[in-house]
Amino acid sequence: MITVFVPRDSAATSVGADEVASAIAAEAKKQKKDVKIVRNGSRGMLYLEPLVEVATDKGRVAYGPVSAKDVPELFKAGFLEGKSHKLGHGLTEEIPYFKTQERLTFARCGITDPLSVEDYIAHGGFAGLKKALELPPIAIVNQVTTSGLRGRGGAGFPTGIKWKTVHDLTADQKYVACNADEGDSGTFADRMLMEGDPFCLIEGMTIAAVAGGATEGYIYIRSEYPDAVNVMREAIEIARKANWLGKNIQGSKYSFDLFVRKGAGAYICGEETSMLESIEGKRGIVRYKPPIPAIEGLFGKPTIINNVMSFAAVPIILDKGGEFYRDYGVGRSRGTLAFQLAGNVKRGGLVEKAFGITTRQLLEDWGGGTATGRPARAIQVGGPLGAYLPESKFDVPMDYEEFVKVDAMVGHGGLVVFDDTVDMANQARFAMEFCAIESCGKCTPCRIGSTRGVEVIDRIVAGVEREKNLALLEDLCVTMADGSLCAMGGLTPFPVLSSLRGFPEDFHKPPANKFLADAAE
Amino acid sequence: MAKKAARPSNSPGEGASPIPSPAEVAALAVCARHGNKASELLEIFHDLQHQLGYVPEATLPVIARALNLSRAEVYGVQTFYHDFRRHPAGKHVVKICRAEACQSMGTDKLCSHAERSLKTPLGGTTADGMFTIEQVFCLGNCALSPAVMVDERLYGKVDAKRFDEIVAAYSKDAAE
Repeated sequence: MITVFVPRDSAATSVGADEVASAIAAEAKKQKKDVKIVRNGSRGMLYLEPLVEVATDKGRVAYGPVSAKDVPELFKAGFLEGKSHKLGHGLTEEIPYFKTQERLTFARCGITDPLSVEDYIAHGGFAGLKKALELPPIAIVNQVTTSGLRGRGGAGFPTGIKWKTVHDLTADQKYVACNADEGDSGTFADRMLMEGDPFCLIEGMTIAAVAGGATEGYIYIRSEYPDAVNVMREAIEIARKANWLGKNIQGSKYSFDLFVRKGAGAYICGEETSMLESIEGKRGIVRYKPPIPAIEGLFGKPTIINNVMSFAAVPIILDKGGEFYRDYGVGRSRGTLAFQLAGNVKRGGLVEKAFGITTRQLLEDWGGGTATGRPARAIQVGGPLGAYLPESKFDVPMDYEEFVKVDAMVGHGGLVVFDDTVDMANQARFAMEFCAIESCGKCTPCRIGSTRGVEVIDRIVAGVEREKNLALLEDLCVTMADGSLCAMGGLTPFPVLSSLRGFPEDFHKPPANKFLADAAE
Repeated sequence: MAKKAARPSNSPGEGASPIPSPAEVAALAVCARHGNKASELLEIFHDLQHQLGYVPEATLPVIARALNLSRAEVYGVQTFYHDFRRHPAGKHVVKICRAEACQSMGTDKLCSHAERSLKTPLGGTTADGMFTIEQVFCLGNCALSPAVMVDERLYGKVDAKRFDEIVAAYSKDAAE
């Protein structure tokens, strides 16, 4: 029996992994070869997807990107014995892109069968939860505090403090809520983990529940991720059957159950209070803070809210200790971050590294430059609300504080690369347009400011009273940043102002034509 | 996934009819399946849309009654979220990602191409009712941009040629 791995990750299936799996099964049948196909998660080398792996005595051998029509040829070349082929990359673990990473959160992703509890446990799964079940809840909180883990969703708030707040409160009901509304362009780490290692998220949330005293949890997944929704629902069902969820988990005194809630295409529901409203079945309108959700969260009860990546970092922290995790990283940014290389990049994918690495290293050493081969002109870090870095800032280390110093944010570590054909005035306009489309409408700076922002940028581009309108745009950005209720309107000025400051020439081009200028007037 | 409703529900006064329409019956059944819990309203809309292809306006008072909410609240939730349709869509819904990562790989060109080749603007449905094309912001396939989703199936590295091939495959399936 030979085991062949073909990812089920939706990035892999988006370029034909399902067809490849069927082709391998058909060819094996034809040749009467005893082949077992495991649909694993992705290894994160998305530029090689569909990445087919074959288990050999030496380890797993990788081939990619494989298309269905390559399959007969691969059989002929003897890929089942791990023999060489022009699509071959040798041992997966030795591929430089993979080997140089520091995989803590994604240690299992792509290695195991995502829906096999046995596989999960065989690769170190549930070790963290087992330890947590033995510890007093405050000791769990302390481990997380020691690790220096900060919210991976973008805000970077210390996770331990959040947990401590919920731990210290007495309430008849407490909740755990996971933000899997990964709406930011350039990010796919949450999706990859949910599709590739769902038990890791379940374990992390259960540890949070034990620490905070919660008995019920929700995972809010965006509807654009149908595969992740299905995998998570299946995984929860399996975990319940194996008593890793439900009453008296593994014979302990702790009970915890978990439910998936599917979003409905509203970007704002990635904001934590808006997400709570949405889980409650309401319009995703942002709540005022205070009270903070840790005190009055879901259904008005104390709630631990974290991003997928934050929860998924917890099992290893509990397993190996807070100090182990803290020893990665720089400054006050501890541990690793799953950087996501996206957009116009030659080798896009997921790179988990300790903090401190630079944008340039990620772009050049892993990304291999742009996909188009032209010079990279701008990189947007941290999603649609993140700043556009010009080339001069590519050497700033990835560290929450260092990025703040250059008016940018690390966010969730998503990097979107643009080559020199990008028009930054257009990107700034898009940031405003996006905010106008996705604003929840509760506060004026965000709701109205974004629409006015689009108009002002149109006037600037059209050459209408340019200097006056540039001043107006700056002023508008200050109003939005200082006056908005949440990060949606509050951070939209980041991409706008960073475009303006880093790429002023794009705002000072001669207007395209007189007619447009008149129209804008 | 999207199915045509049994009959259009925009006829006036349908909600007041003493005999409930099939859509209203379906709505009641879905609400009951979710325990008539107001907190499950999003799931109820998802299920109903899965069944009927959209959420007919006539179902809103029925849902409101079942969940003990006001009609305004139910209407408010339906219209807040981009996912919930108030009118039937084409047989297949083609979502083209227009977010930054896909922009960097030319999604604007892809959108124009799609509009030309399917002869309908973004947000519109083709004349034969086969495809509705929509913009979407991020499908989580940012390393393999531009991304397109047809119904619930994701496609990566979609250029104009691949777009036409994908659309042709769905058209061919329907013809058979």
